[in-house]
Amino acid sequence: MNEINNSILTLILLLPLAGALLVLLAPDRVKLPNWIALLTSLATFGLTLHLPAHFDKAQTGFQFVVNLQWIEKPAIFYHLGVDGLSLWLVVLVGLLAPIGVIASWNAIRERRKLFFALFLVQQTAMFGVFLSLDLILYYGFWELSLVPMAILIAMYGRKDGPRAALKFFLFTFIPSAPLLVAILWLYARTGSFDFATLQLWIASGALPAGALWWVALTFLFAFAVKVPVFPLHGWLADTFSEAPVALAMVVAGKLGLYSMLRFHIGLFPTQARAVAPLLVGLAVIGILYGACLALVQRDFWRLMAFAALSHLSLITLGIYGLTLTGWEGAVYQILNHGVVDGALFLLLGLLYDRYRTSEINAYGGLAAKLPRTATFFVFASLAMIGLPMLGGFVGEFMILLGTFTGVSKGWAIAATLGVILGAAYMLWLVQRLFFGPESALATSKPPEDLRLGQLTVLWPLAALMLVMGIAPMFWLPTIQTGPHPPLRPQQAAATQYPIILHGTCAAAAHEAPELIATSELAAKCESNGEGQR
Amino acid sequence: MNPVPDIFRILPEVILTLTGVLVMLLDASLPPRWARRPLGWVAAFGTTFALWASLWQISLPMGTGFSGTVETSAFTVFFHVLICGLVLVALLLSLDTLPEESHHQGEFYALIVFGAVGMCLLTGAVELLLVFIALEISSIATYVLVGYRKNTARGPEAAIKYFLLGSFATAFLLYGIALIFGATGTTEIYEIARLAPTAPNHSLILAGLGLMLVGILFKVSAAPFHVWTPDVYEGAPSPVVALISTAPKAAAFALLLRVVYEMLPTLRPVWSPLLWVVAVLSMTVGNLAALRQTNVKRMLAYSSIAHAGYLLAAFAGLGNDGIMAACFYIAAYAAMNVGVFAVVTLASGYDEKLPLIDDFRGLIYRSPLLGSLLIFFLASLVGIPFTGGFFGKFISFSTAIGGGAIWLVIIGLLNSGLAAAYYLRLALAAAQRPEHDSNEKSAPPQVAQGARVGIAVGAALLLAVAATLVLGIIPGDVLRAAEAGAHTLQAPPAESGAPGNAVEPQP
Repeated sequence: MNEINNSILTLILLLPLAGALLVLLAPDRVKLPNWIALLTSLATFGLTLHLPAHFDKAQTGFQFVVNLQWIEKPAIFYHLGVDGLSLWLVVLVGLLAPIGVIASWNAIRERRKLFFALFLVQQTAMFGVFLSLDLILYYGFWELSLVPMAILIAMYGRKDGPRAALKFFLFTFIPSAPLLVAILWLYARTGSFDFATLQLWIASGALPAGALWWVALTFLFAFAVKVPVFPLHGWLADTFSEAPVALAMVVAGKLGLYSMLRFHIGLFPTQARAVAPLLVGLAVIGILYGACLALVQRDFWRLMAFAALSHLSLITLGIYGLTLTGWEGAVYQILNHGVVDGALFLLLGLLYDRYRTSEINAYGGLAAKLPRTATFFVFASLAMIGLPMLGGFVGEFMILLGTFTGVSKGWAIAATLGVILGAAYMLWLVQRLFFGPESALATSKPPEDLRLGQLTVLWPLAALMLVMGIAPMFWLPTIQTGPHPPLRPQQAAATQYPIILHGTCAAAAHEAPELIATSELAAKCESNGEGQR
Repeated sequence: MNPVPDIFRILPEVILTLTGVLVMLLDASLPPRWARRPLGWVAAFGTTFALWASLWQISLPMGTGFSGTVETSAFTVFFHVLICGLVLVALLLSLDTLPEESHHQGEFYALIVFGAVGMCLLTGAVELLLVFIALEISSIATYVLVGYRKNTARGPEAAIKYFLLGSFATAFLLYGIALIFGATGTTEIYEIARLAPTAPNHSLILAGLGLMLVGILFKVSAAPFHVWTPDVYEGAPSPVVALISTAPKAAAFALLLRVVYEMLPTLRPVWSPLLWVVAVLSMTVGNLAALRQTNVKRMLAYSSIAHAGYLLAAFAGLGNDGIMAACFYIAAYAAMNVGVFAVVTLASGYDEKLPLIDDFRGLIYRSPLLGSLLIFFLASLVGIPFTGGFFGKFISFSTAIGGGAIWLVIIGLLNSGLAAAYYLRLALAAAQRPEHDSNEKSAPPQVAQGARVGIAVGAALLLAVAATLVLGIIPGDVLRAAEAGAHTLQAPPAESGAPGNAVEPQP
């Protein structure tokens, strides 16, 4: 078992890559590439499930760590590890892969080998981003994730693929250049690319504060474009309307949000705290702006794009509220958003494949023809809106609660308004697509509802949304072992420790976030922690 | 007492010379009706042998031969291996792409090999007159090769431009050598290094350095001495461009390293800002001009100017680090650039009926292998991680930051973001679905024909891909070799210690 634990992360990284090679070598006959890709992604998903099964919930910090020297000079390490923050994100990436393959099953008709090979390379890159603890390794995967995405958008785009691909690539590549400068600067000062070492260096105050400001901002900028945060979302709508369904599921959100938590706030707590009010403001603007624009879109891909902007902004709000409840809600909401978006994109992709248009007004009255599609779509929409008992509710509620108690009541109310708008545009979309008078489009083709292959994916997804809504305790305890938001300066002074709040204290903080703000409790928690150790 | 026979010090050069002479003689003595293609194999074989001889030289103790004019050290071995590898790739590439009926094929191969002699000698020379002679040997061979497509107007034009401007630049170099000789009374690099700091006429040395830099920077096509590059690359046959955009540049950079780090290290306050300016100019001018190109080879020419700029950024690094980074970047740049030109040669054919970016549209649909390789090499040129291009840039810029040149790095990385735009334009064109695939037969049939990949060119592509990947994923060995080279370049000449058993880079 120990050997598996030692090599599991490497296996997760390499398996999709091996699958990609196999797809390239195998002949393109009778959907062979599809099957290889499906089996590879299922096997990878199985491997990722090993992580939560053997994750030690009593322990904070990184587990399943691999740390090998890669290059002597400059000192770069092959350093991987998982903690409460990244654990479920890795599983989510594993889960979305087979869904992506299913969604592309009939949609991709030509050049299947290339498509599935690049899709699997994309998997590896995304796993790499979540697992890497060496900044250069991380940067490598971060950049690598752009390439398959750009090529696939260019080759398999719907109308104007190359233009969207160029836009996407430049938008995300150019901010990465300063990011590399910042990483190199850190290395020149500290001689290390290691995450934990750098964390200590920065916390020690030995680095010049003025320069650190710029470094932190550079990190933030690169991540904010990737999320995207308002007003850096220029690439999102075009990418969503061009990208193949399987990629639209993964292109936005996760990578950037995770990087914010891990590498922006995690490395630069002081600077992040200083810049947080700005991001809270931008996030609330993003929520409202995205929701308003989603209301007026005529194309359902673009509607999904602005809906995503709104939802991702909500998560950003949870992150930069810097409350524990907000953080847990944010991570939870990333997971939920991934699942719900996966289901919605799968369904919309099927509609698009069948009717070849994404014009919302052309649809209508499909519910009678395609009852199963309509049912699942309504279900996923409700989960996205945040109906209680479904996944979206838990995350949104925690984020809003954290904002209300920990940041400001005004922002929380404004953000809640965005959530209401969210219900409006989603339900209106459902109404225009599936209900109302039967459109010419609906009668033009013989009805063909979901088939077994798609149902085997959608049923588990729907069940997952329900379980995530009813039983968040499956996920939250592990998420709580992850990193915690930095305390305010006066609290930090009182506790003498800037970033420590773990274990039982975390539970207390969860119960009563406003209480933990008082330094006595924090100090007490701290002494408890000492005593247990 | 030097126990190593002088001839061993120039063994690769000797082998290459003999190969060249053999090819030339065979070409002259074989009946005219016989195909000249096997001569290419002879040349390739000789080059492989020379490559092996270079590797063997690492077992020699470091030192000089022929009265202190030629040196062997880890540094020279690094560049010998690199240059021989590049020449080998260029030969293999020409073997399959030169049309059967082209005239003077034998000479073509011989000239490539003779050029290689000059380049190898240039990296090993530690005496300025020999430096000059070596530079001339390599330049004259390349002047002829550039003008090889005599039936087009562009070919001779390119050759004449290259020749006139090149001779002019060489004259600058020679003038610089003369001034430095005037100031120090010697042409031996180590002696100059010893005498220069105390030389009575300091301004003479400064002038000499400036003139030499002009000559060398012309050869590496750094701005503002770059104007010849696009015209020459456009006019020359593509296999020749694959060679002249890499191997002579590598040799010239080796010379530049020698001149600034070994001959005049004390003048760092003078040359460092100069090279800073040249680096920034090269990247910016190269990238901005490349954005506007529609011809693939011209675009790649400007891209090579920009890469010379990234490479010069490494010179902001201190001592060993700077040399190591520069050596590594040269290897990475050479591997990916020779690869991209190999693909361009195959895709557009020897006679280049399809020179424009738009002509590459849908390449991946017509020839999946070439299309994928083109995208791969372009990704490396962009600097995508896990390719040589990324690591080269990474090392170059991180040493520059170590040397305190943070603005240079910021400009450099912004430039590489800018550069992504035009590389992507070509890559996306190759990935784009052809517009009229079924109803019109507008897809030119030559492409499909030219896309045949033979054994020789397959081996060339394989070498380039393997080198690019090795340099990107497991660069440790090459880095160690480059570092060993950096050590020997910095070491004083009298010391003939073990050169270190560095593992060699693949070409």
